[in-house]
Amino acid sequence: MDQLKRRNILNNVMLTLTGICTVLTSSVLFLVLGFLVYNGWRSLNWDFFTKLPLSAGETGGGMANAIVGSGILILIAAAIGIPVGFLGGIYLAEFGGKTFAMLVRYTADLLNGVPSIVIGIFAWTVIVVPMHHFSAWAGGFALSLMMIPIGLRATEQFLRSVPNSLREGSLALGASKTRTVMSVVVPAARQGILTGMILGVARIAGETAPLLFTSFNNQFWAAKLGEPSASLPVMIYTHAISPYEDWHRQAWAAGLVLLMLVLIANIASRWVLSRGASAQRG
Amino acid sequence: MKKLILWITLLAIAAPLAASAETINAAGATFPAPIYQKWFEDFHKAHADIQINYQSIGSGGGIRQLTEGTVDFGASDMPMTDDQLSKITKYKVLHFPTVLGGVVPAYSVAGAASLKFSGDTLAGIFLGNIKKWNDAALAKDNPGVKLPNEDITVVHRSDGSGTSFVWTDYLSKVSPEWKMKVGANTSVNWPVGLGGKGNEGVAGLVKQTPNSIGYVELIYAAQNKMEYGSVKNVAGSFVKADVASVTEAAAGAAKDMPADFRVSITNAPGKNAYPISSFTWMLLPDKIDDATKKKSIKDFLAWMLTTGQGNAADMFYAPLPKPVVAKEQKQIALIK
Amino acid sequence: MATVAVTAPPESRPRKLVNFWRDGDQITHLVTLLFAASVLLVTVFLVYELWIHSGPSRAKFGFSFLTGRTWDPVAEKFGALPFIYGTVLTSFLALLISVPLGVGAAIFLSELAPPKLSNACTFLVELLAAVPSVILGLLSIFTLVPLMRLYVEPFFKRTFGFLPLFQGPAYGVGYLTAGIALATMTFPFVISISREALLAVPREQREAALALGATKWESTWQVVVPFARLGIIGSIFLALARALGETMAVTMVIGNDTGIHTSLLAPGYTIAAIIANEFTEATGDIYLSSLVELGLVLFALTMVLNAAAQLLIIATTRRGSRQD
Repeated sequence: MDQLKRRNILNNVMLTLTGICTVLTSSVLFLVLGFLVYNGWRSLNWDFFTKLPLSAGETGGGMANAIVGSGILILIAAAIGIPVGFLGGIYLAEFGGKTFAMLVRYTADLLNGVPSIVIGIFAWTVIVVPMHHFSAWAGGFALSLMMIPIGLRATEQFLRSVPNSLREGSLALGASKTRTVMSVVVPAARQGILTGMILGVARIAGETAPLLFTSFNNQFWAAKLGEPSASLPVMIYTHAISPYEDWHRQAWAAGLVLLMLVLIANIASRWVLSRGASAQRG
Repeated sequence: MKKLILWITLLAIAAPLAASAETINAAGATFPAPIYQKWFEDFHKAHADIQINYQSIGSGGGIRQLTEGTVDFGASDMPMTDDQLSKITKYKVLHFPTVLGGVVPAYSVAGAASLKFSGDTLAGIFLGNIKKWNDAALAKDNPGVKLPNEDITVVHRSDGSGTSFVWTDYLSKVSPEWKMKVGANTSVNWPVGLGGKGNEGVAGLVKQTPNSIGYVELIYAAQNKMEYGSVKNVAGSFVKADVASVTEAAAGAAKDMPADFRVSITNAPGKNAYPISSFTWMLLPDKIDDATKKKSIKDFLAWMLTTGQGNAADMFYAPLPKPVVAKEQKQIALIK
Repeated sequence: MATVAVTAPPESRPRKLVNFWRDGDQITHLVTLLFAASVLLVTVFLVYELWIHSGPSRAKFGFSFLTGRTWDPVAEKFGALPFIYGTVLTSFLALLISVPLGVGAAIFLSELAPPKLSNACTFLVELLAAVPSVILGLLSIFTLVPLMRLYVEPFFKRTFGFLPLFQGPAYGVGYLTAGIALATMTFPFVISISREALLAVPREQREAALALGATKWESTWQVVVPFARLGIIGSIFLALARALGETMAVTMVIGNDTGIHTSLLAPGYTIAAIIANEFTEATGDIYLSSLVELGLVLFALTMVLNAAAQLLIIATTRRGSRQD
C-alpha cells in the first residue's frame, strides 16, 4: 500500500471517528431527557403538584411544598442577586476606573468558580449559625452568591457592546450620565442582560449542594422564611438514595419537572438573545 | 418594574402560606424515622396548629444540631456521652426513650433465605477478614445451606449514625479484635465496604447490590421485603429480630433503668433475647423559653407515651416497658 | 489696557460638597460602586470565614492534614489525602474520557460540519451543561450503576484483571463510575470552548496545509489543532475546575468509603462528597473544622485552576487577534 493510500485511509478513519464523537456527545442530552420522560411522566399527576409528601414507605403524596419552596428560594436569590449583578455591571461598564474594576472582575470570576458546597459552608457560617436556625433566607442567600457573577458579567458585557455613538448622542443632547445609562444604554442592551439573568436563575434552580445545610428540608409548608424549606433538588436527592419504590417514582417526576424548567429557561434566553441581535441588525 | 410587581404578587400569594401553624424543628436518627414521621403526621392531624418537622439525618446529626441550637429537639440511638453533654451549657439534656428496635443483618444473596450469623462471623465480615459467602465460618453457622462462591460486599453507614453505634457496640462486645481495631461510635473508621446515607441509603444499596450485606433497623428490612438473618445471642440460640425478641432484650433494663435513661441493651441475657436491640431516645432541653412550643412538646411527649406506643408493634418496633413509661411521664414535668 | 480675567467668587467648602452630591451622576456612581464593591467584600469575607472556621484543625494538624490518610472521628484524627486522591482521580478519569471525545467532536463541528449542523449540535451540548448535577446523579444511580455492575466492570475484570487497577468486586459504584458521571458534565465545556478556539484559526493556515498536499485530517491535526492548542488546553483546565467541585452526582455513585484504594472499581470519596455527607453531623470542633479545612483546600485548588484557565484563554484570543 503506497503512502498516499495509507494517508487517505487514515484521513477517512480519523474523520469518521470525530463524527462518532459528535454523535455520542450530542445524543447524551436526548438520553437524559428520554430516561426522565420514560420514568417520570406517569407520576406527573395533580397529586404531585398539590399534595405534601407522605412519610416513608407510604404510597402517594406529592411534592407541592418542594415546588413552592424552590420558587421562594429562587425569588430570594433573585431579589439579592439581580440588583447586585445589574448595578455592579453598570459600574464596571460605565463608571469603572482601571484597578478597582479589574479587582471586582477578578473576584467575580473567583466567586463564580467557588464549588457550590463551599458556598453552602459560607452561607451556613454567616446566616445559619448566628440565626440558630436553618432557613429559606440562608438557602436563598447561598443561591444569590452563585447568581451574582453571572448577572454581573452579562450586564457588563452587553452594556459594553452598545456602540459609543449612542452614549455620545445622548450626552450631546444634554442628558446627564445617569439619564444616558438608564434611558439609552441599558434599554439597548436589555436583551442580553435579560438573557444573563434568566441563565443565572436556570443555574441556581438546580443547585442542591448549597441547600443541604442552609434551607435543609421540610415535611410541611415552611410557615415563615426563617424556617427550613423543602426544595426540588434536595427532595430529588433524598428520594433517589432511599430504598422506597414510591419515592423513586416521585424523584423521577421531580427530576423531569426541574429539567424542563431549566431547559425551557435556557432555550428561552437564547431565543431572546437572537431576537435582540436581529432587531439591532434591522 | 415588571419584575417588582411580579415579586410582590408572588409574595402576596405566599403570605397565606405563612399560616399561624407553630413549626417545631427536629432532626436525628434514621433508626426510628418511619415511626416518628407517622407519629408527627398523626399528631398534626389531631392538633392542626402544631407542625413537627423531623428530618432524618442520622443520630450524629441530631446531636450536633441540638448542640448548635438549630433544632428544638434531637433524636439519637446512641445516648449522648458526658463529653457531648458538657458542650451544651444553656440547659440540661433530657433523654426520653421512645421505642425499642432491633438492628438486623440484611443481605441480598440469591437462594439464601434465613441465614444464621454468629457474632464472630459478623465481626469477621465487617472487618474484612471473611471475604466470600462460602467461607468456612459462614458454613459453620449455616450447616447444609449452599452458599455461593461470591465476594461479600459490605455496606455500612456513611453518616454519623446511632444504628452504627448499636451495631459496633454489639460487635465490640462479641469480638475483641473489633473492639481494639475499630471501636464503637456513631462514626467509625470502617475497614471495608460501601457507605450509604441513612438507614434508607444502606437499605437501598443492599437491595440493589447482589451478594451484599448491611445492617439496618428492622422496619427498613421489613418494609423493603429484604432478607435478614438471625443472630446468635449470649444464651447460644439464633434469634431473629421481632417485637417479642427485642422486648425480651429490654427486660433487664426495664427493671434497672438508670435515672437519666442512658443504657445499652446489646448482647442482653435471655433465652430468646435479640442481641442487637436498642432503645432510641428523643433528646429534649430541660428549659424551653417559648411557652407555646413548650406546651406543644409536652403534649406530644404525653401523647407519644400513651397513644403513640400503640403504633409501635405494627411498625416492627417494640413498645416501651411499662415501668419505663411511668418513669418518663414523671420526667416530662422536668421540662420548664 | 490689560484685561482682568473675571472669575467667580471662590466657593465655600460646604457649598462645594452640596453641589457635588446634587449632581445625580455622582450618586449613581456611588450606588453602583457600592454594589460592585459588595461583590469584592463578600468574596473576601468568604475566604476569611473559611480560614477562621478551619482554625482548630489547622492548628492541630498543620500541613500533615494534607498527607494524613486516616479519617477517624472516634480518635479525632483527620487527614485529607483520601479525599484529595479521590477528587483528583475521578477528575482525571473524567478528563481521560471527555478530552478525546470532546476534542474529536469539536474538530468535527469546526472543520467538517456545515454551519447549521455545527450550531445545532453545539446548542445541544451546551444545554447538557445546564442539566443540574442532582438529575445526572439520579440517572446515574438507576441506569449507569447497574450497567457498570452487570457489564462494564466485569468486562474490565475479565480482560484487565491482572492489573491492580481492575481488581476487587464489581460494586457498580466507585471511582470509575463517578469518573464516567463526571465526564458527562465536563465534555460540554471541552467541546464548546475548543470549537471556538478551532474556529478562530485563520483560514490561511488550513489552506496553506492543503495546498502543500496534506489530507484534511493532516491539515487539521498537524496545523489547525496545534494553532488552537492554548484555547483547547484552557478548556481542559475549565472542565477540570468544574469536575473538582462537583458534589451531587459524585456523592450518589462513588460509594462513600474513606480509604485510599488502587483499584478503579473500588469505592472512594471526594472532598465535596464527604462535606455534603458529614457536615450536618460533625460532632466536635476538630471534626467540623477539618471539614471546613477540606472546603478551603478545594477552594484553593479550583482557584488556581480557574486562574490558569483564564490566562490560557486570554493568551489564545490575544494571539488570534494578533494574526497577520
